[in-house]
Amino acid sequence: MTAVSSASPGLEGPDAKNRLFGPLPDVQGEAGYAEDHPARVGFFTDTSVCIGCKACEVACKEWNTLPMDDSHGKRDAMGMSGMSYDNTGMLGANSWRHVAFIEQSRAVDLPMPSFGRPGDDRKDTGLPVNPVAPQADGPLNAQTSVLNAEALTEYDPQTGQSGGDKQIRWLMSSDVCKHCTHAGCLDVCPTGALFRTEFGTVVVQGDICNGCGYCVPACPYGVIDKREDDGRVFKCTMCYDRLTDGLQPACATACPTQSIQFGDLDELQARADARLATLKEQGVESARLYGRDENDGVGGNSAFFLLLDEPEVYGLPPDPIVTTRDLPAMWKAAATGAAMIVGIIGSAFLGRRRS
Amino acid sequence: MAECHPVGFQWVSEAKAKGAKIIHIDPRFTRTSAIADLHVPIRMGTDIAFLGGLIKYVLDNDLYFKEYVVAYTNAAALVGEDFVDAEDLDGLFSGFDPETGQYDESSWQYEGAEQVAAAGQRSPGQPGYSGTYEATTEGDEEETGEADDPQRAAEQDASDEDPSVKASDRGQAAGSGGPSIPGKPKRDETLQHPRTVFQVLKRHFARYTPEMVAEVTGIEPEVFEQVAKWVTSNSNRERTTAWVYSVGWTQHSVGAQYIRTASILQALLGNMGRPGGGIMALRGHASIQGSTDVPTLFNILPGYLPMPHALQHHTLADYVASSAGKAGFWGNMDAYMTSLLKAWFGDAAQPENDFGFDWLPKINGDHSSYRTIADMIAGKVHGYFLVGENPSVGHPNGKMNRFGLANLDWLVVRDLQMIESATFWKEGPEIESGEMAPETIGTEVFFMPAATHVEKEGTFTQTQRLLQWREKAVEPPMDARSDLWFFFHLGRLLRERLAGSTDPKDQPLLNLTWDYPTIGETQDPDAEAVLREINGVGPDGKALSSYTEMKADGSTSGGCWIYTGVYADEVNQAARRKSHREQGPVASEWGWAWPANRRMLYNRASADPEGKPWSERKRYVWWDEESGRWTGVDTPDFEATKRPDYQPPEGAKAQDAISGVDPFIMQGDGKAWLYAPAGLTDGPMPTHYEPAESVVENALYGTQSNPTIERIAGPWNRENPSMSEVFPFQVTTYRLTEHHTAGGMSRTLPYLSELQPEFFVEVSPELAELRGLTNGEFATLVSARSAIEAKVLVTERIRPIKLRSGQVVHQIGMPYHWSYAGLSTGDNANDLLGIVLDANTHIQEDKVSTADIIPGRRPRGPELLDFVEGYRMRAGVKSGRVGINGREPDEDPSKMEEAGA
Repeated sequence: MTAVSSASPGLEGPDAKNRLFGPLPDVQGEAGYAEDHPARVGFFTDTSVCIGCKACEVACKEWNTLPMDDSHGKRDAMGMSGMSYDNTGMLGANSWRHVAFIEQSRAVDLPMPSFGRPGDDRKDTGLPVNPVAPQADGPLNAQTSVLNAEALTEYDPQTGQSGGDKQIRWLMSSDVCKHCTHAGCLDVCPTGALFRTEFGTVVVQGDICNGCGYCVPACPYGVIDKREDDGRVFKCTMCYDRLTDGLQPACATACPTQSIQFGDLDELQARADARLATLKEQGVESARLYGRDENDGVGGNSAFFLLLDEPEVYGLPPDPIVTTRDLPAMWKAAATGAAMIVGIIGSAFLGRRRS
Repeated sequence: MAECHPVGFQWVSEAKAKGAKIIHIDPRFTRTSAIADLHVPIRMGTDIAFLGGLIKYVLDNDLYFKEYVVAYTNAAALVGEDFVDAEDLDGLFSGFDPETGQYDESSWQYEGAEQVAAAGQRSPGQPGYSGTYEATTEGDEEETGEADDPQRAAEQDASDEDPSVKASDRGQAAGSGGPSIPGKPKRDETLQHPRTVFQVLKRHFARYTPEMVAEVTGIEPEVFEQVAKWVTSNSNRERTTAWVYSVGWTQHSVGAQYIRTASILQALLGNMGRPGGGIMALRGHASIQGSTDVPTLFNILPGYLPMPHALQHHTLADYVASSAGKAGFWGNMDAYMTSLLKAWFGDAAQPENDFGFDWLPKINGDHSSYRTIADMIAGKVHGYFLVGENPSVGHPNGKMNRFGLANLDWLVVRDLQMIESATFWKEGPEIESGEMAPETIGTEVFFMPAATHVEKEGTFTQTQRLLQWREKAVEPPMDARSDLWFFFHLGRLLRERLAGSTDPKDQPLLNLTWDYPTIGETQDPDAEAVLREINGVGPDGKALSSYTEMKADGSTSGGCWIYTGVYADEVNQAARRKSHREQGPVASEWGWAWPANRRMLYNRASADPEGKPWSERKRYVWWDEESGRWTGVDTPDFEATKRPDYQPPEGAKAQDAISGVDPFIMQGDGKAWLYAPAGLTDGPMPTHYEPAESVVENALYGTQSNPTIERIAGPWNRENPSMSEVFPFQVTTYRLTEHHTAGGMSRTLPYLSELQPEFFVEVSPELAELRGLTNGEFATLVSARSAIEAKVLVTERIRPIKLRSGQVVHQIGMPYHWSYAGLSTGDNANDLLGIVLDANTHIQEDKVSTADIIPGRRPRGPELLDFVEGYRMRAGVKSGRVGINGREPDEDPSKMEEAGA
């Protein structure tokens, strides 16, 4: 991997006022790259055309020589999760792409019981279990209209009951590291192992990481993860090695339906906006972009998504905020506190002298 | 398609992005359903009722493409008076012999056909015609040469009735040219005559109403109507609709008729031979199309030439006689066959020795895949090559397949991994159950590691008949070698050992041309040299550029006539890689498609009878009066200078007998067949039968299932009775995106295994509740063959079908990738299935069967056998107990006979 000097924006940046939050038009410049740095690149993952083939997962593991792991992230293990066709479970140190499979059904007339992923056996891990309870005329309805263009709202063909009881849809979405504009992992890394690349992405340098693990809770998406038997952290590099050789990331190359699109971020954003408009025109009210808004809690993402339901349905946080956003305020509070303590102690001494 | 052909699905995605509507018809809600515009859940095994309903809808509402139907199909032909429809015989057509379970097709013929019956009558597909042979052959004598020897001719007639001929292969006996249809049938262009094909068809499907469709398939009339509207409104001069199918249609006891039904629908709608139309068969592996073109099947030779029969075809003249006088390009079969013999035997093939016809192996019965397995158990087969096939896992009734392999003398397995078919004798499940004992198995197994597709050069032929050359990317590891290497060097060694032999049985091998140049240290034969041999060469020693150059006099050679042209101009045309950005929409310069680089077959039908495009939007191939030629964006699938108004003169033969308005040039009459007067073993029109194992009574006919079903009886292949309370659920098998068929290429790889790590079955929440099944826990499935266990995935994507009668049909989905070897293991889904076959194709019905499902793991060891035997007893099925290695049933000696000895 090309060695690039690390520079963590925010604390010691050219503008030290507050670079921890909000839009940042030139992420690489902010990180100290010269003006002629390459354009910021990213992934636009259009889940409305994903067929759940998992070619992205396989291509990623092949290229990055990641170990096999089960749905709990356990290395060299495997086992059926019982959660639809998702046996990857989550993003982790050993799985840098994760295709989520979300089965939904909706009662047309009958009240709909709350619906989770069938047989999710991870409840004890403390990870969020998708609390999917589609609204009767909310996103699911709109989705049916995209998937079942002139669809069957009056009856359920599968049980032959007029007046219908259920409609089903199967959402698939390939998740990946978001390569945030304001990357909490990078902000808290004490060794400089995490760095901002000239492409605007965020990469861990395995030979520098000391395994302190600060970055793990700092990620608002739960992406970066420690490989337990190794001690270091791992995550998607957006195939930094391929990018420096002028190639596309492995996952985007493997995707057969262009669900994963790679390119210059501004171009992808324009494409995504157009796609969203098309879907809206077709009546897909539930379609939305996720990670596209640079005014969100992480300043927008290099890897962003077109979703067909609430982010929570896909296991994504609805309102991610970079965990270092409040650092200045915290430092300020800490400094005030420290000053107060100093003052109190000082005054105590002063008082003693007086006495 | 998204599930099993994700890469090909990109084109569907692209079409969808351009506004195409995608309808997915499948019992299960799959990854394809997830992004289709409409998913139509259908009860397993009822597609003929559904498609037949669409045909009725089209006919009733006058939605067929009238000009197309009258000009390009056999709608106007009159069917003979003797024909009786299945509607009138409660599910049987006229000519059925209940003794043999076979049809005599003679009553299905067109009117007027009898008088001109020609040489084609001797095709075993038409045994009923042999009686009229004497009276009608006079004109043929010179051509066939048979009349020189009346005794021979009489012998041959007798041979038509020989059981070995009848059993050998009725479906393919005429090659893929289909049976010859004698003479010109009487026609009524108004389609009003009650015995026109059009009216016969109308009556045949008259009862396939939306209500009947609902009753049989479980598809509600409203959904049916929706599909019918979308399909018909998208099929006209301006628009076309395509159907895509895979083994979900073929692997049924009525599989060939499923595709026939779709063909009838597409022909009525004018969707054949036109851009955006057609019926596309997705094949299961990268070059399965190639493996039927240059076949690995017992019943055909390269280019779909029929396999000669030992009793029928004593000479080359006997063999080609059935095609002589045939209209269409099959009329030149003698040239294709002679060229094939020249390619194989070179200078040794001379007119005086019948070009080596005697050296060809001949068939003398049914040697299809599953029959051969039964023959192995009976000790009739001694050696077997498995090349990239894993029957222990991939074939239905795995146990029967393993019994077969256990009764060979030797077995060669060529594969990438040590698959179950190579290790069954020491690790198979029958060892644990006590049905096999390794020390008593005499099969000597040779495992030969094979090179993968990136480790060898050669062609893939895909479903569009496109040959694409691929280079070798890396050297194969260690001893792994290509199949080409293996067979070339095996042949070389055998020939060395037989050198100088005068034994007649050694002559075929010794006379083969076996002189391919080899490359490199491993002495791999040059695959391009093989491709050039397949292409064929002319008298000048140069590569032929078209099969029309082939001659019957021995001056040309060619290993597969339909591939001629792939090496035209001495260039490997399959290796062409011109970007689609640099050429037209058909991309004719990417690879090479057979025949003659035509990307779409029968494309003459894209123009109207006068040769003008049906519409500007759908123009593809048309007649250019100025140049006097057919032209267009593709190679016209028609003789380039044959005028649209050409009428064949009296007595014209082969392609000259095809008129200027007959686009379907490989058919004897040049027409698309809405009704098949000959060639199918199970009826001239498709009829709904329930699967061999069904939980539902046939709502349309008293005949429950296809009366011509091929069965292989034996204690190791018991059948579940239909409508049995013991086996109350329907089961289907399928593949998952994450694995490859029998798993040899995926269960051994960590990155694929982890994605679908365990054998599982999919059931509906309703069935889970009914049977007490828990998501993620084990369940046991039982049939009359065996019991297997699998993890349960409870999903609303699998849903019970409620029929109008009130009956609820529970369906179980079962991916079949697993067995005991590799990283990802599990019981073998195919062990649950039995073998019943479509008589046309010898293809197994494994897309629908029945079973029971109960919670928990299955019994182990001999207890498993008792457990399954108990089910058989309760269902009234004969005992399935067998002796060691499946050889002798251990109780009733009468079963020994039945075991196929």
